[in-house]
Amino acid sequence: MPVSLANSGVVYDALKKCDIGLVSALPETWLVHLIRMAEDDPKMILVRLAKEEEGVGISAGAHFAGVKSAMLMQNHGFLASINGIVSLAQLYRIPLLMLISYRGHFGERDPWQTQGGGVTEPLLRSLGIPYSFLDDPAKVEKRIAEAQTWAYASLHPAALLLTRELMWEEPA
Amino acid sequence: MMQRFECLRAIYDQLENCLVVTIMGAVACELQSLGHKPNFFYLQHAMGLGSSTGLGLALCLPQQKVVVFDGDGSILMNLGGYTTLARYRPKNLVHVVFDNESLLSVGGFPTATSTGSDLEGVAHASGIARTKTVHTIEEFKHAFDDALRTNDLTSMVAKVEAVGPKGYVTELALLENRFQFKRYIEKLTTEARRHGERKN
Repeated sequence: MPVSLANSGVVYDALKKCDIGLVSALPETWLVHLIRMAEDDPKMILVRLAKEEEGVGISAGAHFAGVKSAMLMQNHGFLASINGIVSLAQLYRIPLLMLISYRGHFGERDPWQTQGGGVTEPLLRSLGIPYSFLDDPAKVEKRIAEAQTWAYASLHPAALLLTRELMWEEPA
Repeated sequence: MMQRFECLRAIYDQLENCLVVTIMGAVACELQSLGHKPNFFYLQHAMGLGSSTGLGLALCLPQQKVVVFDGDGSILMNLGGYTTLARYRPKNLVHVVFDNESLLSVGGFPTATSTGSDLEGVAHASGIARTKTVHTIEEFKHAFDDALRTNDLTSMVAKVEAVGPKGYVTELALLENRFQFKRYIEKLTTEARRHGERKN
């Protein structure tokens, strides 16, 4: 599978450096290594979800409990979570760190991903959720740390888009 | 038929040492009318995520009892959440669904439990070992006591009458509740840490 194991490791290490103690996730191709890393880490609470929106509630509970969390999801999972993001995380000022695999963008071969790819950034913008891209392994640690710092300073969701450049090793 | 308010009144004193999460609408209003406490969090929207919020709390604070007061309309929006509860089986979580077979706060439209959908059955089939449906205050009180005492996840359904308060907006601001709840937990965990240090 051409999902980058090395870069998944870079992302996972960056989450650990940010003191993430709980990860919620719903499997998707680009996230498989990250989820396995969370599963193999005895110090990480991994919550596998039935639907990504549950992760908003779980992260809210973790925040109340004083545990830093991250959500791993595909952009279609972000679409499925929007009510929870608005009417729990934004309404109650919960800092969410959302790592969203940016499927359906240029280079995507799966036709079914393309519609969601086109609406991901416009939706983040319309919700007022700041985002940056994880596209260069050298910058992953800094970008994740900065997004988390902002999320806690503002008590608001922040998003990081996991890009094809970072996650996929097969030429287009 | 029993009323949700009577159920809450019957077990109110036992909530003192629990973290309590309620959904929006009548249950939030009625619990506040019995007396708000800093360990109560009312999730006044995001229907379906009360149980998920309780799960996050329970997994991160395994020494702390967590009680979720859910409703049929809310849990029907997150039936998958039952499978997540079952999968992680937090021993410190008590999940109570007040099932009035109705979306009461929007005018009483019947939910699918009014046409036979059985939430305890869904919970059980999702893999939750301890489930119960209760119809009387005595049964409710007994089942809740039992769930609090037991060191295992319990999901119970309380069949209640579709009646509630006249209005649903309370004096307590959402953010005030949220920050107070978090500060309460911070104090608890700091005290627990100090206690742990003394023991060591």
